[in-house]
Amino acid sequence: MKKQKTKLLLQLFITFLKIGAFTFGGGYAMIALLQNEFVEQKKWLKNDEFLDVVAIAESTPGPIAINSSTYIGYKMAGFWGSFFSTLAMCIPSFTIIFIISLFFDKFLELTFVKYAFKGIQVCVVYLIFTAGLKMLKDIKKTKFNCIIFFVVLAVFVGFSLFAVSFSTIYYILICGTIGLFAYGISLVKKEEKNDRIS
Amino acid sequence: MTVYLKLFLTFLKIGAVSFGGGYGMISLIRETVIQNGWLTDGELLNFIAVSESTPGPIAINMATFIGSSQGGIFGSFCATLGVVLPSFVIILIIVALVSNLLKIAGVKAFLGGIRPCVMSLIIGTAITMGLSTLLGLKTVSNEIDVNIKSIIILGIIIVIHFVVKYLLKKKIKPIIMIIISAFLGVAVYSI
Repeated sequence: MKKQKTKLLLQLFITFLKIGAFTFGGGYAMIALLQNEFVEQKKWLKNDEFLDVVAIAESTPGPIAINSSTYIGYKMAGFWGSFFSTLAMCIPSFTIIFIISLFFDKFLELTFVKYAFKGIQVCVVYLIFTAGLKMLKDIKKTKFNCIIFFVVLAVFVGFSLFAVSFSTIYYILICGTIGLFAYGISLVKKEEKNDRIS
Repeated sequence: MTVYLKLFLTFLKIGAVSFGGGYGMISLIRETVIQNGWLTDGELLNFIAVSESTPGPIAINMATFIGSSQGGIFGSFCATLGVVLPSFVIILIIVALVSNLLKIAGVKAFLGGIRPCVMSLIIGTAITMGLSTLLGLKTVSNEIDVNIKSIIILGIIIVIHFVVKYLLKKKIKPIIMIIISAFLGVAVYSI
């Protein structure tokens, strides 16, 4: 029994190490790879179980890759499963980036590299913008979502241009609270309607 | 406060409140690195580019990179641990104790309010970073310094993206866009 557990932990560790080392493009790209590995190849999870993992990973804070490795690890082998899965997910990133960071400043001193990064900086701004637009395309266009989106966008850009310091955290907490209030109001309205009918 | 503790606490906060994955984190990361004087906008964009072009979760890459730039290997360890810990704990709580947490109506409503907000934060960050790199416009009080070369590069990137997407009907990967823009940078800035 114990031997089996160790073997499973090792398998989890190696699988997540592989996924961490070969997935480019962050969380969403990783979801496809995780599905392939755990649902199709190893058959460790059923497809609807996997969809649960994705839903939870997306709606909890933090990196999606870490959320899903912790979740899958726990489902497979309890606490130590989630520990080793998450650790394995971090090791490749950490090692690669740390090595790059040692040489990065020297690398940037080369004139053509400096120029290349001037171009890259523009591209990254564009990539962030299009990533935001893509998420926006997938969200339901309810009145509530539209109002929150445009008001927060206007306030965020306005505050930053007028150098008003207002932490991102507040936007998130305020909007969550507004979501709660909207839900509360909808409940009250429903009750009134029911009262009228009865 | 030592730099290590500061890195750990900063990234703990970032890991605990940022929704929407790596991109959702960028507004909060930008706010903290600029406030602490750790990085400029340009340096942060370089870091994001490297994080995007290397394997692994963007959030982990960013934490390791920023940690290393401020406090060497122990700095990157503290930052990475900080960004991972909230996720790890929250998911364990959900999976082991309250598996229906996300099905509770109140929690759903709270997350429903956050979702559109995260998108504004991502797009808003892109807009303000764009204004600062292209027009030198950080706040309304500073002089506008239009960067023609960067605007030309942006124009070419947009054209390439649209041609590939709508004429060739293909997806273009971020890493390919980054490589193309690196060549564009060398070409445009060498002139």
